[in-house]
Amino acid sequence: MTEPSHGRNHHDDSPVIVATGLERVFEIGQNQVRALRGVDLTVRRGEMLAIMGASGSGKSTLMNILGCLDPPTSGTYRLDGIRVDELDKDELADVRNRKLGFVFQKFNLLARTSALENVELPLLYDRSGREMEPRRLATAALERVGLGDRLDHQPNELSGGEQQRVAIARALVTEPSLLLADEPTGNLDSRTTIEVCTLLQELNELGLTIVLVTHEPEVAQYAERIVELRDGRIIWDQPVADRRSAASDLGQLRTKDEGRAA
Amino acid sequence: MKSTRLVAVALRSILRNKMRTLLTMLGVVIGVGAVIVMVAIGEGAQSQIHAQIDNLGTNMIVVTPGSSSQGGVNQGAGSLNRLTVEDAEALKSESFLLSAVSPSIVAPTQIVGGQGNWRSAVFGVATDYQLIRDWPVSSGRYFDEGEVRSMRKVAVIGKTVAEALFPGEDPVGQQVRLRNVPFEVIGVLAEKGQTAEGSDQDDVVLAPYTTVKNRLSGRSFIAQILASTASPEGVAAAQVEIGSILRERHGLADWEDDDFTVRNQTDLAATAEETTEVMTLLLAAIASISLVVGGIGIMNIMLVSVSERTREIGLRLALGARSSDVLRQFLVESTVLSVLGGLIGVGLGIAGAEILGRLTGWATLISPQTVLVSLGFAASVGIFFGLWPSRRAAALDPIEALRYE
Ligand SMILES: Nc1ncnc2c1ncn2[C@@H]1O[C@H](COP(=O)(O)OP(=O)(O)O)[C@@H](O)[C@H]1O
Ligand SMILES: [Mg+2]
Repeated sequence: MTEPSHGRNHHDDSPVIVATGLERVFEIGQNQVRALRGVDLTVRRGEMLAIMGASGSGKSTLMNILGCLDPPTSGTYRLDGIRVDELDKDELADVRNRKLGFVFQKFNLLARTSALENVELPLLYDRSGREMEPRRLATAALERVGLGDRLDHQPNELSGGEQQRVAIARALVTEPSLLLADEPTGNLDSRTTIEVCTLLQELNELGLTIVLVTHEPEVAQYAERIVELRDGRIIWDQPVADRRSAASDLGQLRTKDEGRAA
Repeated sequence: MKSTRLVAVALRSILRNKMRTLLTMLGVVIGVGAVIVMVAIGEGAQSQIHAQIDNLGTNMIVVTPGSSSQGGVNQGAGSLNRLTVEDAEALKSESFLLSAVSPSIVAPTQIVGGQGNWRSAVFGVATDYQLIRDWPVSSGRYFDEGEVRSMRKVAVIGKTVAEALFPGEDPVGQQVRLRNVPFEVIGVLAEKGQTAEGSDQDDVVLAPYTTVKNRLSGRSFIAQILASTASPEGVAAAQVEIGSILRERHGLADWEDDDFTVRNQTDLAATAEETTEVMTLLLAAIASISLVVGGIGIMNIMLVSVSERTREIGLRLALGARSSDVLRQFLVESTVLSVLGGLIGVGLGIAGAEILGRLTGWATLISPQTVLVSLGFAASVGIFFGLWPSRRAAALDPIEALRYE
C-alpha cells in the first residue's frame, strides 16, 4: 500500500465540511417539497461518517449539496475552507474535480472501457495545470484497491465488487479531500459489502475523509460516527460506540467458510 | 481539456461502437463520394473542352448566322439564316486581315463504296479549311482551287470513314458514292480523335463547297464561315472587319443588330467553359444535397447517442467536466465522424471516378481543391449538425443525468 496523501498537511486541523442551516426546497408546480429543513453538519478531516435515514428523509439531497452537484436553497457550505455556495457552475465543476471523489450505488463505469481508462477519466478534466502522468496515477490507484492485475479488464469482465473497487480507484486518483459515497454497497451481496467496507476503512485509516450514505446498520457500524436524518432534519448525531473492523469481520467470514469446507 | 486529448477522447468513444460509427458516417461517405465523382466528371469535361479548342486550329474565327444578342436570347441559327456562300467568297476577296476563309456546308449523307455503306456528315469547304483547322492529310492530298472552281467530284475522307469503307486498303484513288453521285477519294485526313462531347471528329468527309452546294445540299445558306488570321494579334481587328463587310453585304441600317455572330477561339472557350461550369456546379449542388442529408443522419445518431449516454454525461459532469467540455466533446465527435466519413468518401470518390471513366470513356479530373473543399464542407456539416445534440448534452443537469435509466 502506498503512502497516504489525503491528510493534506496544510490546514491539518480545519474541518473538511462546515455546513450551517442548509435548506433545499424543490418547487413542483404549485407545491413545495422541503427536502432539507436546516441541516448543520461539521466533518473533521480524516473522519468516516455514515448518514442514515428512511427513504425520502433527504440523504441524497444532502449528498448532492455536499458533492457540489446541487446548490442549497439557503444556508452556507464550506468545503476545505471554500465558500462553495457562492461559486458559479464552472468553479463548482473544478471543485468537484480537485476536492471530491464520488462513489455511486450503480458504479457508473464507462462500458467497453478498460479499468485503467475509467480511472483516468477525472484526470482528463484537471485544470490545475500541474504535471501528471494519468497512466501512472491510474495504475497506482488501481493497485491501491487491489486491482493491479485487472488494469485492462472492461466492466463486463469484472464482478460487482471489483467494479465498485474500480469506481473507488477513480474517486481516489485525484487525491480528493473528501470521498462521498451514496449507498456504495446497495448493489452488493453481504460478503462483497464487507470487502468494500474493508477497503473504505483502510483508506480512512490512511487519512481519507469519507461520508457515506447507507440504510444498512451493519455498514454504518464501520463508520466512526452516525448521523440520522428524518424529514430533512438531523435527529441523531453520535460517535459509534463500538466501531467494528470490516477486516476482522472478513477474516471471521473466511475462517467460517474454511470450517464449512473442511 | 487540451485539444489533442479532446480528439483522443472523441476517437475513443467513436471506436467504442464501430458498427454504429460506420452507419453514422455512411451518409457523409456517400455525400462526399458523390461530390467528388460529379465534380471529377464536370472538370474532366472542362479540361477536355480546353484541349479540344486548342486543337481546333490557331487564330480561328467562326461566323455563324443569327444574332448573339437579341433580347439576350439567341434566336436560333435557323430562324435568321442569311449566311451564304457568297458572304464567304466576299470575305475572302475583300478582307485585308484574314489569311484564310472557308464556308462550311453540312450535308448528312449515306456513303457507299468499298466494303459497303456508311452514314456520315459531308462538309463542303474551301481549300483554306486545311489551313484554318490546321488539319493535314495522312495520305493523298487536299483538293485545290481549280477543283473547287470547277466543282470537281473529289473527296478527302476522315480516318473513321476510311477504316469503315476500305479496311486494310488505301482509299486514295477509290470511288465512293455520296447520294448516288460518284466522288473520287483523293486524300485521307490525319487522325484527330474525339471532341469533348465524345463525337468522333474523324467520322467526316470533306468535299469542295461548290460541289456540295450544287450536287448534295442544293441550298445556298450555310452553317458557318471559318476564317483565320496570320497571327493571334490580328484576330480582334479581323473580327471588326468581318462585321463591317457582312453588315454592308446584308444591307443593315445603323440601328439594326448584326444578323450574324463572329466568335474567336477565346469566345468559344468561354462559352464552352460557362456551359461546363454550370454543369459542374449543378452536379456538385445535387451531390451536396446528399452530403447535407448525411449531416442530418449524423444529427439523428448524435441525438440518440446523447440520450443513450445521459448517465455518462452526468458522470463526466460529476467528475469535474464543465458543460463546455461536454459541448466540445460532442462537437468534436460529430466533426471527427464527418471528417472520417469525408476521408473515406474521398477515397471512394476517387476510385468511383476512375471506374466510371473507364466504363464510359468520359474524362474525369480530380483537383486538390475539390478534395479540400469537400472535406471542409463535410467538416462544416459535422459541426453544424452536431451543434444541437451537443448543446443538449451540455445543458444536462448532473444529478438528473446520473439518475437517468
Ligand atoms: N429533483 C427533485 N425534485 C423534487 N423533489 C425531489 C427531488 N429530489 C428529491 N426530492 C424529494 O425530496 C425528498 C428527499 O429525497 P432524497 O434526498 O432523494 O431522499 P433519500 O435519498 O433519503 O431517499 C423526497 O421527498 C423527494 O421526493
Ligand atoms: Mg437516496
